[in-house]
Amino acid sequence: MSTPFYVSPQQAMADRAEYARKGIARGRSLVVLQYADGIVFVGENPSRALHKFSEIYDRIGFAAAGKYNEYENLRIGGVRYADLRGYTYDRDDVTARGLANVYAQTLGTIFSSAAEKPYEVELVVAEVGAEPEGDQIYRLPHDGSIVDEHGSVAVGGNAEQISTFLDQRHRDGMTLAEALKLAVQALSRDPNGSEREIPAERLEVAVLDRTRPQQRKFKRIVGRQLARLLEADGGSAPTDAPSDTEEGEGGESAAATDAPKSTDSGGDVE
Amino acid sequence: MDFLSDHLPGMLPGNRNLPPLQGAVEAPHGTTIVAATFDGGVVLAGDRRATMGNVIAQRDIEKVFPADEYSAVGIAGTAGLAVEMVKLFQLELEHFEKVEGAQLSLEGKANRLSTMIRSNLAMAMQGLAVVPLFAGFDIDREKGRIFSYDVTGGRSEEHGYAATGSGSVFARSSMKKLYRQDLTEQEALTLVVQALYDAADDDSATGGPDVARRIYPIVTVITDEGFRKLDEAESSEIARSVLERRLEQPDGPRAALL
Repeated sequence: MSTPFYVSPQQAMADRAEYARKGIARGRSLVVLQYADGIVFVGENPSRALHKFSEIYDRIGFAAAGKYNEYENLRIGGVRYADLRGYTYDRDDVTARGLANVYAQTLGTIFSSAAEKPYEVELVVAEVGAEPEGDQIYRLPHDGSIVDEHGSVAVGGNAEQISTFLDQRHRDGMTLAEALKLAVQALSRDPNGSEREIPAERLEVAVLDRTRPQQRKFKRIVGRQLARLLEADGGSAPTDAPSDTEEGEGGESAAATDAPKSTDSGGDVE
Repeated sequence: MDFLSDHLPGMLPGNRNLPPLQGAVEAPHGTTIVAATFDGGVVLAGDRRATMGNVIAQRDIEKVFPADEYSAVGIAGTAGLAVEMVKLFQLELEHFEKVEGAQLSLEGKANRLSTMIRSNLAMAMQGLAVVPLFAGFDIDREKGRIFSYDVTGGRSEEHGYAATGSGSVFARSSMKKLYRQDLTEQEALTLVVQALYDAADDDSATGGPDVARRIYPIVTVITDEGFRKLDEAESSEIARSVLERRLEQPDGPRAALL
């Protein structure tokens, strides 16, 4: 039997990290921004069915860049964790911090286990608070670390350049249209500095909107509403204009429906 | 639910070891639930009384719950178990929706509830039965549908109207005489409140509208716009107008003799 080559642990970890980073860099980037009424997720995604963003729980959203099968696995795990928590205790006891911890543990274990290949994913877990101060955004790189982010965050291939761009321009209290515009600008920048146009059909946009009357705050923005928001020029864009969105993943929360659908706080009532 | 039964079987209804039976168990019971379809949707309503033996355990219990955006469950039977069953049912529908990215079909939801009732059979044999009524708007067929159950989980679709609970006999007779195919939403709402009034009239375990305490039936409507629970003002208005007429005609509206 031949003696295996000695590889130093540093080298082994560096190789694994390199492998994961390369995998993530192949995918398109996505950004998560805070705006006045919540948190918006924007990414380039040619597919209508395979989502990069999804709802985990009432106030918690999930975004992922990297390999689809791997983050889909993590997403379902997250939904399970959240639903089980909420059922065992109370809906309020499901928090983004708890979920981020679970993800960090999972990713960390997989990253350092020699038997498995590291996951080529980078996640964002965001929770919208009742007030902007209560918003939480966590970024989870492939190695299981957690980064507590504020304002804006970008993950995926070109993340560093995009975050720098966003950090300089993002400010608190932007309207949805402003934040969306900024996000699209950031995503349209190529690594070599040139810009390209991303048509609205290739954008995947979702929000965690704290003003939604329902308990489930996650909502996808599609079709005409997206087009309207993209056209609106910055400041004057009403975020609560009557809309034609698709309901979250199809609806109002079970427990939330005690509140009759009202048109006053707008958003998703035709 | 499958995930739960693998990991935390104790969390599921029907998976508990019961002590040997010593006399009947006394726990609060839920009572009359009625539903009726109309063109474009379905209404589901329930009274507010929970009884424990001959004692009124609670005057303002709520027995109609949204299951998801397009369906609702009304519960009759042992209140504690029924509420837990509904909670688990809501969770399952929401979980499915989030994981799959699409809602279950109405038929699928009805079947799921059926399985859950069946898993409670051991408890039901000890007198702790749960018999819900399930109503929803079928998006594919674009109409309201009602499903009723028995304690063994047997499921049957009801056409027009249905009732469950101890006062269901009276409520059903009442609706039998008043129901018409071409009801409007408002008429259907009045119909279910009438039926609940008749049930409360003859069944001691069903509560009528309590004007003094402002406790009125829970009335919900499900249409293509989703689930909506009438607020207190709306349901009190219907209940009061029914009550008003009953002051003149205590037995309610008369159906034609022939």
